[in-house]
Amino acid sequence: MTSQSPVLETRELTINFGGHYAVNRVSCAFHPGTLTSIVGPNGAGKTTWFNLISGQLKASAGSVLLFGEDITRLPAPARADKGLGRAFQLTNLFPNLTVLENVRLAVAARHRTGYNFWQMVSRRRDIIDHAMQYLEQVQLGKRADSLAAGLPHGDQRKLEVAMLLALEPEVFMFDEPTAGMSVDEVPVILELIAEIKRRQDKVILLVEHKMDVVRSLSDRIVVLHNGELVADGEPAEVIASPVVQEAYLGTPQQAAG
Amino acid sequence: MLNTILSGDYPRSRILSVLLVAIFICLALGPFLFSGTRAFTTLGMICIFIVVVASYDVMLGYTHIVSFAHTMFFGIGAYAVAMAIGAMGSSFSAIGLGVLAAVLAATALALLLGMLSLRVKAIFFALVTLAVAFAFMSLVNQLYTITGGEDGLRVRVPRELGPAFRLIESDLYGFSITTFLSGLFTQPWNLGEVIRESVYNVRVNGRVVMYYVCFFFSLGMFLLMLRMMNSPFGRVLQAIRENEFRAEALGYRTVYYRTATVVLAAVVTALAGVLFALFNRYVNPENTLDFELMVFILLMCVIGGMGTMYGAVVGATLFLLAENYLQDLLRVIGGLVDGVPLVSGLVGPERWLLWFGVLFVLSVYFFPKGMVGQLRVWADARRRRRETG
Ligand SMILES: Nc1ncnc2c1ncn2[C@@H]1O[C@H](COP(=O)(O)OP(=O)(O)OP(=O)(O)O)[C@@H](O)[C@H]1O
Ligand SMILES: [Mg+2]
Repeated sequence: MTSQSPVLETRELTINFGGHYAVNRVSCAFHPGTLTSIVGPNGAGKTTWFNLISGQLKASAGSVLLFGEDITRLPAPARADKGLGRAFQLTNLFPNLTVLENVRLAVAARHRTGYNFWQMVSRRRDIIDHAMQYLEQVQLGKRADSLAAGLPHGDQRKLEVAMLLALEPEVFMFDEPTAGMSVDEVPVILELIAEIKRRQDKVILLVEHKMDVVRSLSDRIVVLHNGELVADGEPAEVIASPVVQEAYLGTPQQAAG
Repeated sequence: MLNTILSGDYPRSRILSVLLVAIFICLALGPFLFSGTRAFTTLGMICIFIVVVASYDVMLGYTHIVSFAHTMFFGIGAYAVAMAIGAMGSSFSAIGLGVLAAVLAATALALLLGMLSLRVKAIFFALVTLAVAFAFMSLVNQLYTITGGEDGLRVRVPRELGPAFRLIESDLYGFSITTFLSGLFTQPWNLGEVIRESVYNVRVNGRVVMYYVCFFFSLGMFLLMLRMMNSPFGRVLQAIRENEFRAEALGYRTVYYRTATVVLAAVVTALAGVLFALFNRYVNPENTLDFELMVFILLMCVIGGMGTMYGAVVGATLFLLAENYLQDLLRVIGGLVDGVPLVSGLVGPERWLLWFGVLFVLSVYFFPKGMVGQLRVWADARRRRRETG
């Protein structure tokens, strides 16, 4: 594809849950400015692969490289610091904090203010304003003061996305960002992802079950099946390939996880 | 100004504001509003335990770290200064050394506890603190040559903090609220006499000086912790409480934050322990290390309202008042219903622990979020009603 060196790479990445290989020797490299969709049936290992990349799980074998540096042994916070941003498939918020505070924590993480124990949070207007901008982007500005736990499901999904945007990472990892959203909310999120893609300098990984979304957004599609990478290439080509027709499109397409 | 002092974290309930102002005034003017040694001691204990409970709240309420070693750190402070004075004689340099030793020992132990066990499950940390606290207590009991064992240690404070010292030669006047109120109820026609009887002399001795050291320490520490909980650091603690997994995914190294919290709470409690030793002038395992005390601290935190800071003020005050004066109240009530079978048996002063338990159950029932939490819920509901209606 591009001649640039990859931003992110997994080499023979493997995890073994008591004999069951949820991710099995997956090697793949990602270049800036590309959006790669990861597809595969339920239980294929997509989320697990994400967890190995962003550090929520430790690999049994193989390695993860970010900008050429081996980060396989680093814990999740260190990887986030280095630019791996993650939005979760199962909504994963700070339930009893306000919507704004959820996003503000993400902005503050990027500014590395966490160890400041003397300044009042309210004195950092810049951070709060930033957080507010991300909320506006996902159209949650009006709900800024509600508790995250009180949001309807679709809005929680949007908040999840806003928190990832607020991290301004080098690698965006979206795990079924639109699952459970109503039809009129989906385009908002897809447009935000397309917007990141237009900036041309980030890596975007998208796990998605909706094939029309995958087809229209992706530069590349990677197919996982039983923890193994079974196809990788241009969208049209991959979707047409027999292995996908059989392994993926043959199974029910809609899943919540 | 007020915004900066309170770090923008207001009581957010009118009843709570009134309650806090009342407590503040009573503590600030304490020796001039309540006469008698018992009231004096209770006031000092309230000041000290506000700090102890607030620092516990930083762990339990803000970060969801359950520790049973809080009294151990309190005891470390108390014993450090008692032993320093025992070894060096009563001087301010002995106190200084005690403070230094207390801070170092508390930091070292808290770091050890944090690093050993905060990485694993919360329940495991709780159990480890319990074991360490018990080990520490039996150690203190066994090393009686230096700790005095169960008999404990007397603390000879410097003259400037003792009853013989006079800060001001002439006495000042105090106005006893309790005498005034009881007079107002029993003989309201005699107002002049009641007021005259309420006035009493206050000798401004070293004990009063010591009280004000406790008061300003308490005020300063409370405001410091309030500020910390409203800083970026404090917000990360709340994030850890809400969802540690997500906090890590955002880039916060939660083990560091949790360890810092445990150390902070340990050091602050140890300092409170130092003041306890100096104020109480007597330290033993029962009044500093006992498991019952640990449970009491937990109760004060829960009754006041976890994760609110102000809960520590309300919780410690109400709890210590109940602990010290419930027996008297029961004696009065017992006098009123004397001779009525059954009832008189239930309200005797020796039944105070029973009523204490009843009060606790009632408070948890009616204030499931603690006093402060519940008062805020009510205030919010009222505000919403006014906006819509
Ligand atoms: N912590 C774990 N312990 C044991 N097994 C696990 C664990 N996490 C995932 N698995 C297993 O690994 C396999 C892959 O799961 P994963 O969640 O990665 O699938 P997925 O491709 O994301 O599926 P979906 O489309 O449903 O989200 C499944 O069989 C799952 O049961
Ligand atoms: Mg998944």
